Parts: sequence; structure tokens; C-alpha cells
Amino acid sequence: MAERSELTSGKGFDFNEHPVSPAVDIFEDAAGITVLADMPGVAKDRLDVRLDGDTLSIEGRVELEGLQDMRALWAEVNVPRFRRTFTLSRELDASRVEANLKDGVLTLRVPKQAHAQPRRIEVNAS
Amino acid sequence: MRDHMLSRPQGLFDQLETIHRLLSRASGVDGAPGGIRAVAYGAFPELNVGRTPTSVEVFAFAPGMDAKSLEVTIERNVLKISGVRSATVPRGDAKVQLYANERPEGRFSRAISLPDDVDPLKVEARYRDGILRVTVGLSVAAQPQRISVQ
Repeated sequence: MAERSELTSGKGFDFNEHPVSPAVDIFEDAAGITVLADMPGVAKDRLDVRLDGDTLSIEGRVELEGLQDMRALWAEVNVPRFRRTFTLSRELDASRVEANLKDGVLTLRVPKQAHAQPRRIEVNAS
Repeated sequence: MRDHMLSRPQGLFDQLETIHRLLSRASGVDGAPGGIRAVAYGAFPELNVGRTPTSVEVFAFAPGMDAKSLEVTIERNVLKISGVRSATVPRGDAKVQLYANERPEGRFSRAISLPDDVDPLKVEARYRDGILRVTVGLSVAAQPQRISVQ
């Protein structure tokens, strides 16, 4: 346990209280919003996607294996935890959020409410 | 970045978040002593290096890669990790609005010097959950040996 904290935690500052924000891509098309988040080292059972009212939060813990007897020589990733929170707007359908984790990339798909999807309004010429 | 600011419908807190991100990016390596091959904070992939009694372990945080597209070479004790990260954001589609594009994409390459006592013939690389882990064995002479007392 001590070895792991040496390799993945900062000095003199409790990084556990301050997870890092994963890099994301966010784009919107007619049917909804897609969020891609880089969470390397997070396995499926260490990932938590939570919806609380209109707040969508993603949190994951980095697990590195075989760190017994390991001493850190160099560490750019000092915080073994990712967290980021988004506020959803009303036209999004929070109940149908889909999450998919592959090779450390989390893909979230937040569809729009059926009535919020764009539709073309016919102009009647009389 | 600028075109994001122009096209993004931002509230006040979104703007603060943007400023915070720019500042943290600008602060660079925060005073840590670096080797000649060290690069500024934020390079892709980020690397952690550890040492066990029998090996040097390099962890490259490279999510979303196809393992076949990763290239790992060792030449004169310099370990090089390179590859191509394909774009996942649809571009050039007028119906798609892009709000954030922080994930690096395209060709990348990073190199680090390994300690002198590694054996470049004993290398193993695995890719799992977005982390490439390269294990380089230490030369036999560098490994701890138990000396029996007669």
C-alpha cells in the first residue's frame, strides 16, 4: 500500500481530496450530447457514473497492478483519481444516459427528450 | 481555443472553468527537477516510471488506443513510445456542435532514458485499460543477490 501511494500520490498535499479532471471531448448532434473522457487505468468496477437531479458526475480510480516492492523514479500522474461533473439542461433526457468504458475511454451518450429534438416546421402557403 | 470561446454558449462558471484550465496549463512543470528529456506538463502520453528489485516499469497513460498501433522501441537505453491516436470527434459536419476538445489526437511520440543497468533484451509490453506498461528487466549484475555465509 505504501508503495502505491509513493508512485501515485503527491507530496505534502492531500491529493485524494482533489481528484484530477479527465480530459473530455463534448459534442452535440440532433439526437443528443456525447461526452468522451480519458480515464486511463480505470477498470469498469472502479468507475462510478452518477446522476443526481440534473448533475451528472463521473468518477474513477486508477489501479496499477504489481506495485509491491516498487519505488517511484518519475511520476507525471500523481493523482490516482478522476472526477468531473456536468450539469444537464432540461431538454436532455437524464433517464436514458448510456455509459460505455473501453481501453480507458468513457463514452457517455445523453439523448435529448423526444420533444426537444429539432424538427422542421412546415410553412403553409395559402 | 479562440473559436471555442466564440461558439460556445458559456455561462459565468463555464468561463471561470476555462480560465482555470488555461492557467493550470500555463504554469508548466512546477519546479520539479527534470532530466534533459523531460517535457512540459501535459505531454501525451503521461509517463510514470517505477523500479522493482528486478525491473524498471514504465506506465504510459494512453487511453483509447489500438494496441497494434503502439510502437515501443529501445535504442541505447532510450525507450521510445509512439503511435497514432485516431480522432473520435466528428468534424466538418454542420449539424454537430463541438463544445470541448481536450483529448489529444494524432501522432505522438515520447522518449525517456532508462537507467544504465537495464537489459534491453528483456522487455515486455502490455496494454490494458488504456495503460501501456513496459517492463524492462535489470541486467543480472544489477539485481540483488543473496550471498550465502559460509
